[in-house]
Amino acid sequence: MDHINLTKLIFGRLSLESIPYHEPILVGTFAMVAIGGLAVLAAMTYFRLWGPLWRDWITSIDHKKIGIMYMILGLVMLLRGFADALMMRAQQAMSFGDQNGFLPPHHYDQVFTAHGVIMIFFVAMPLVTGLMNYVVPLQIGARDVSFPFLNNFSFWMTTFGGMLTMVSLFVGEFARTGWLAYPPLSGLLGSPDVGVDYYIWSLQIAGVGTLLSGVNLVVTIIKMRAPGMDLMKMPVFTWTALCTNILIVASFPVLTAVLAMLSLDRTFGTNFFTNDLGGNPMMYVNMIWIWGHPEVYILVLPVFGVFSEVVSTFSSKRLFGYTSMVYATAVITILSYLVWLHHFFTMGSGASVNSFFGITTMIISIPTGAKIFNWLFTMYRGRIRFELPMMWTIAFMITFVIGGMTGVLLAVPPADFVLHNSLFLIAHFHNVIIGGVVFGCFAAINFWFPKAFGYKLDSYWGKWSFWLWTLGFYFAFMPLYVLGLMGVTRRMSHFEDPSLQIWFIVAAFGALMIAGGIGAMLLQFYVSFKKREELRDVTGDPWGGRTLEWSTSSPPPDYNFAFTPRIHDNDAWADMKKNGYQRPLSDFVAIHMPKNTWAGFVIAALSFVIGFGLIWQMWLLAVVGFVALLATIIVHTFNYKRDYYIPVEEVVRVEAARTRLLESHV
Amino acid sequence: MLLLAGCNTVVMNPSGDIAAQQAHLVTVSTLLMLLIIVPVIVLIVLFAWRYRKSNAEAKYEPDWDHSTQLELVIWGAPLLIIIALGLITWISTHLLDPYRPLARLDANHPISANTKPLVVEVVALDWKWLFIYPEQGIATVNELVTPVNVPVRFKITASSVMNSFYIPALAGQIYAMPGMQTTLNAVMNQTGVYDGFSANYSGAGFSHMRFKYHGVSTGDFDSWVAKAKAEAQAGGKTLDRANYLTLEKPSQSDPIRHYGAIDPALYDAILNRCVGADAVCTNKMLAADAKRAADKGAEICVTPTPNLSMKSNDGPH
Repeated sequence: MDHINLTKLIFGRLSLESIPYHEPILVGTFAMVAIGGLAVLAAMTYFRLWGPLWRDWITSIDHKKIGIMYMILGLVMLLRGFADALMMRAQQAMSFGDQNGFLPPHHYDQVFTAHGVIMIFFVAMPLVTGLMNYVVPLQIGARDVSFPFLNNFSFWMTTFGGMLTMVSLFVGEFARTGWLAYPPLSGLLGSPDVGVDYYIWSLQIAGVGTLLSGVNLVVTIIKMRAPGMDLMKMPVFTWTALCTNILIVASFPVLTAVLAMLSLDRTFGTNFFTNDLGGNPMMYVNMIWIWGHPEVYILVLPVFGVFSEVVSTFSSKRLFGYTSMVYATAVITILSYLVWLHHFFTMGSGASVNSFFGITTMIISIPTGAKIFNWLFTMYRGRIRFELPMMWTIAFMITFVIGGMTGVLLAVPPADFVLHNSLFLIAHFHNVIIGGVVFGCFAAINFWFPKAFGYKLDSYWGKWSFWLWTLGFYFAFMPLYVLGLMGVTRRMSHFEDPSLQIWFIVAAFGALMIAGGIGAMLLQFYVSFKKREELRDVTGDPWGGRTLEWSTSSPPPDYNFAFTPRIHDNDAWADMKKNGYQRPLSDFVAIHMPKNTWAGFVIAALSFVIGFGLIWQMWLLAVVGFVALLATIIVHTFNYKRDYYIPVEEVVRVEAARTRLLESHV
Repeated sequence: MLLLAGCNTVVMNPSGDIAAQQAHLVTVSTLLMLLIIVPVIVLIVLFAWRYRKSNAEAKYEPDWDHSTQLELVIWGAPLLIIIALGLITWISTHLLDPYRPLARLDANHPISANTKPLVVEVVALDWKWLFIYPEQGIATVNELVTPVNVPVRFKITASSVMNSFYIPALAGQIYAMPGMQTTLNAVMNQTGVYDGFSANYSGAGFSHMRFKYHGVSTGDFDSWVAKAKAEAQAGGKTLDRANYLTLEKPSQSDPIRHYGAIDPALYDAILNRCVGADAVCTNKMLAADAKRAADKGAEICVTPTPNLSMKSNDGPH
């Protein structure tokens, strides 16, 4: 008996049965991951990259490097999330009548759940967080964020949360509940296996990262702006970042709480959301959407900021209606908390409640519409250069207004009764998330890449990516609007009516075009790296930029700015250029900077271990991990060597190098 | 929308009056929004083309960044549209509230408030649909039949997880949730066979959780009821608690089944989660809690709701 208990204590629910070696798709994937992973490990050892990777990246507290790592995380996870999308499109295109496709429900249901979770939490969130991390300190003339260690820790928590989701591919399984895991289906009776626990602990770990990164950026923006930059002189991107992070700080604790209650229900038999003993699943639905709706704006507000920067830069013109842009952002921030019930009009609320939430939802379209008009009138009487960021922006404006219109339509409760949960809804939110968030992140990547790496991205492959993505989007999702009007519901793995098939085939074709767009983007990175000398940006200001990040070199020095600039206008750099700004060439001083630390990575890695232990109910592992976690935190508090000075000689050397570079290219 | 007329867009061309009004609302709202969406898209393309860098003839005003008149239009035009749409929303949401007893059979046939609807009790099971006709004393699995031009009141609940009861040709969907009751008032205007299904993912058997809905004439309905009774009596099937507990177990693609007799208290027991022998009904539990609180004189706020439905929905509004 002792023997059995010991096995259970160590391995919990984990057994050889949990390894899905009988699923050929997963075995194939595992083989590819293993071979690819081994190749990368071997190459890193061969080129002796482990040391630099640890010193310069993993332990880095530099907001620029952390920003870049977030972007890499988002793009890598995009490949996983998109692979899920391709599998779903393939399954739905072939599973009609007698044909059951290649994914049984057990697998298909995990695929659509993982697709949603990964795309929101581990693609879109890292991409926008990475952008804010990279750009905000530069835009406000700061040398780093307020809490650099916390920043590193936040990144690693997000990453390890993502890794936990990935582990579920090969050890056990992922949730089969849809991306918001409504109980009772996600409760112990509906989902007794580990899938939902993977879901819960991935999001709990990543959620800590997101929340702390939100705190960090709010404080950074409030406290670390360059002198003269009062709130109404902040660049619009920084404004949207501020509002986004306020939303994060106010809404993510709700997600943490609701998932904690769900895990108590599942692990310790409480009855918060069960059907019996006073439990109430509606409570979960309300709370998850009280987080979930602000989350939508957490994703889209920063890219609204991106578009504002891009439109005015590439129209060579001041942004039209700065003040109304700021107020529109603030109004959206507040209203985003007053609309959550529109996600479940059909769950039996009365007409007055439904009308209230429908109308508050529509009201959000007013400030959003104002933003569209402001971008439009920024283009008016401008000199528009159709570089890649601007192309993405135009594609966004056209696509997003269509998505906005279908969104307002869904906000009319009786219309929602016939369209809710249909493919029309799927088309709508992909319309705004791809047309908004994804296009915005691509505009931003093309816009700020030269700042981060010192060379522009190749435009030939960039244009291929652009056209394949935008046209692919229309091919993939316009059929879903039609299917929604034909009464076709989401999350189906099999259809009876063969007349629907043609629409799914068109949608699958669109998904393949998007695959081409992703491929072209990867090629774009590769070709740009190869042609980096040709594409080199020596000025630090490749686009005729308007905000402070373009005043420093590309890539910026570790300390961002040798001297903190003084701000007189919301287009600070355009204003400096207009007034004949001269870059200071002498009187440099040593610069106080934060020091790298291992603690963030180690604490996050231990959280991953604890999460894994809790998922499989390996209590020993969880307890040991928790003790190690506490010990690490305590040890870290005794680390007093948290800062250092970049010596003045180093600053002089870096600045002199830049002076020579600028002179050589006059 | 016109392009779609050729397709089988059941949502836009339904056969029941409630769904027809909802489809009409979709059209009206879309047209209203197109008033502003179309000009915006045209302007985006127009400005992008006209103010391209290579067009030296276009005016260039790099410092022009404010116009009070324009700002008024920018905020005012969407505001006007939303005021109009908000009014439409408020009115239509109340008129088409699924709890609201019907006031008409279709645009030309108003009915009086005290017209008695046909009651159908709907239970979403893993993964099939149970329909109980309390007045007729029969029940079916995966087949729904109602007479056309007769108002129907669906009382909806579920056994274990959330589903959504949706017949696009008849009326918009409403969730079926365990321990809770939702209501849908609707009417079918044309005879025919239509698709019904669960519109909310509910687990492995979800894709096959479909049924055929038959809108039939009143005479055909009566003979269908009689036939179901006779057919079932021949086989001797009664939907009592024991049979329900067997039926409730998860299964997929179940054949159509008829029960010629039912336990009249069964639906309430399902709703209050006490079909099994040992279970205490939720409504009794709540009533007992309320009584205990009252007896103690404790100043605890307990809502004494013996009926667990989402809201009281039997009386006219």
